[in-house]
Amino acid sequence: MRSFKRHILFLSGIVVSVLLSKTCLLVLRTLTPSFAMTDSYTSTVRHGVKNRTAALDLSQKVRVLCWVMTQPQHLKSRTQHIRATWGRRCNIVLYMSSEASDFPTVGLNVSEGRNQLYWKTIRAFQHIHMHHLDDADWFLKADDDTFVVLENLRYGLSKHNTEEPLYFGRRFKPFVAQGYMSGGAGYVLSKEALRRFVKGFADGLCSHDTNIEDIGLGKCMETMKVQLGDSRDVLGRQTFHPYPPHYYLTRQLPRPRPWYLLYEHYHPVEGPGCCSDLAISFHYIDAVQMHTLEYYTYHLHPYGYKYRFNPDERSDNRNNN
Amino acid sequence: MMYEGSSFMKGMILGGIFCLVVSFFETFNSGTHSEGHEHLHHHLKPVSKDELEKLSESQMSDWTLQVRVYCLIMVTPKLLVHWATANDTWSKHCDKSVFYTSESSKVLEAVDLQEQDEWARLRKAIRHAYENAGDLRWFFVARPTTFAIIENLKYLVLDKDPSQPFYIGHTEKSGELDYVEYDSGIVLSYETMRRLIEIFKDVDRCPERGNALWKTPEETQLATCLKYSGVFAENGEDAQGKGLFNKKSVSSLISDSMGQNPADVVEACCSDMAITFGGMSQSQIQVLMYGVYRLRPYGHDFHDSLTFLPPKDSDND
Repeated sequence: MRSFKRHILFLSGIVVSVLLSKTCLLVLRTLTPSFAMTDSYTSTVRHGVKNRTAALDLSQKVRVLCWVMTQPQHLKSRTQHIRATWGRRCNIVLYMSSEASDFPTVGLNVSEGRNQLYWKTIRAFQHIHMHHLDDADWFLKADDDTFVVLENLRYGLSKHNTEEPLYFGRRFKPFVAQGYMSGGAGYVLSKEALRRFVKGFADGLCSHDTNIEDIGLGKCMETMKVQLGDSRDVLGRQTFHPYPPHYYLTRQLPRPRPWYLLYEHYHPVEGPGCCSDLAISFHYIDAVQMHTLEYYTYHLHPYGYKYRFNPDERSDNRNNN
Repeated sequence: MMYEGSSFMKGMILGGIFCLVVSFFETFNSGTHSEGHEHLHHHLKPVSKDELEKLSESQMSDWTLQVRVYCLIMVTPKLLVHWATANDTWSKHCDKSVFYTSESSKVLEAVDLQEQDEWARLRKAIRHAYENAGDLRWFFVARPTTFAIIENLKYLVLDKDPSQPFYIGHTEKSGELDYVEYDSGIVLSYETMRRLIEIFKDVDRCPERGNALWKTPEETQLATCLKYSGVFAENGEDAQGKGLFNKKSVSSLISDSMGQNPADVVEACCSDMAITFGGMSQSQIQVLMYGVYRLRPYGHDFHDSLTFLPPKDSDND
């Protein structure tokens, strides 16, 4: 009996020991992968190492409502790429179309077509004025083939007062005495400018007298005494662009103005001096280009490179070599 | 009681030893996956951020000064537009960039090798570069149709010793031979260059003029010569394993990604630290130059551990 008991104890010793060891080893093994997993998790976190405090502060101080002029046929081919890239950087983004949908789009009381564009603009701003006037400080209009860098827009607007009647964009000179802002490049209204635009239509001072929305809006801005701002950077380089980057950046021999620069209010520069480092928009951007610009702006980075242009520094940056 | 207790203890000890032995054999077996080890050997990544943060200021600045790149850009008059574009853009970021041509052009400066055969030309260029290296220890060979971000190249080799043999780029296989693709750029350390100069003397293993009947591409000829010198191709990748050397254009890669990863196009596409892109037109290259060195969102700070200054007398970066 005694030896039986001894044997039982011996066997149970083995069993307990095996169970204990197995449990120990199991715990150790699962601990190691989870350290590795934590590592790989942090290294795949998007923008994990960038500091965006300055950008985040601005997004709270300078709230931008973006409305994108689009249509049902473009949602898949164009607008979804905006939604996937810069759309989410707006404080509020509204996709304005003739029809409401789950995209989500806001349905305006208009039909589709080039001759409806100014109606769309009027209805869009009226909608925004009615529903979102207090939700933002500035109101941007963009096309569904415009690429916008919101951080640079906020930076540009941060020095201005939204209670003043101002509007910014790429300034064109013809058709309107004081000039107007290109629709494709995107333009942005201050709160006061928005109030005056809507009031102009309410009081009959502005009317739908053209199909060309940027000219129409420009005329109404002039009527309502809204001032055109200068959106160029401290070196005089443009930030809003009505055409894609390669139109402007490619070096050219001195030549008479090409057709796409004929409307320019400010003297256009061709080659690298055309465009600010802190560009705000480019237009006629297709889906591939949209993601390409997203990659260039927010991802592709030359490690450790000290940028030449630092607008917050007092000294003249050109000579900083 | 004691007597019974000791049986239990004996059982415990025996069970414990048994477990230890079993797990020892398990790890031993998984360790003999030599394939896994070889696989690791051919992937080359930059120094990790953690490692960089451990360095002192002076170590950091030593490294920044030591990692200097000599660019060999292999041109021909046929590629004049790309030659001019490379001259005006990325090549300015090399510590020294030398254009090697098959025949001279009145318009642009280059070392005229007076050689039509591409492999012979590459050999001559390598020899010239090695002799004129000065204190530069890293060499980057590319055609002008490739765009390179030299700062990211420096970051990749920052913690690598150039007195060791390195041969880095996008690796492909030709039969059993691993070679670095020419179109996405070839990175060679000083030691590799030295070994190449040596093996160039070996007419059997590394002939200058091969069989006239069929031409082996220079990239595989280079790999063969290097193999005989004990130097093997390594694939340059970022910390996530994304290739840093690309022979396709950015838009081509983005377009591919839109088809394969529609939910996450940019994240899945290309590395933030990409070094090369190929197949781009001259205007696409000028836009890329702006996109890399200028266009950025205000307020985003990458907090890089090192600083590379912009080149003098340049207006597009």
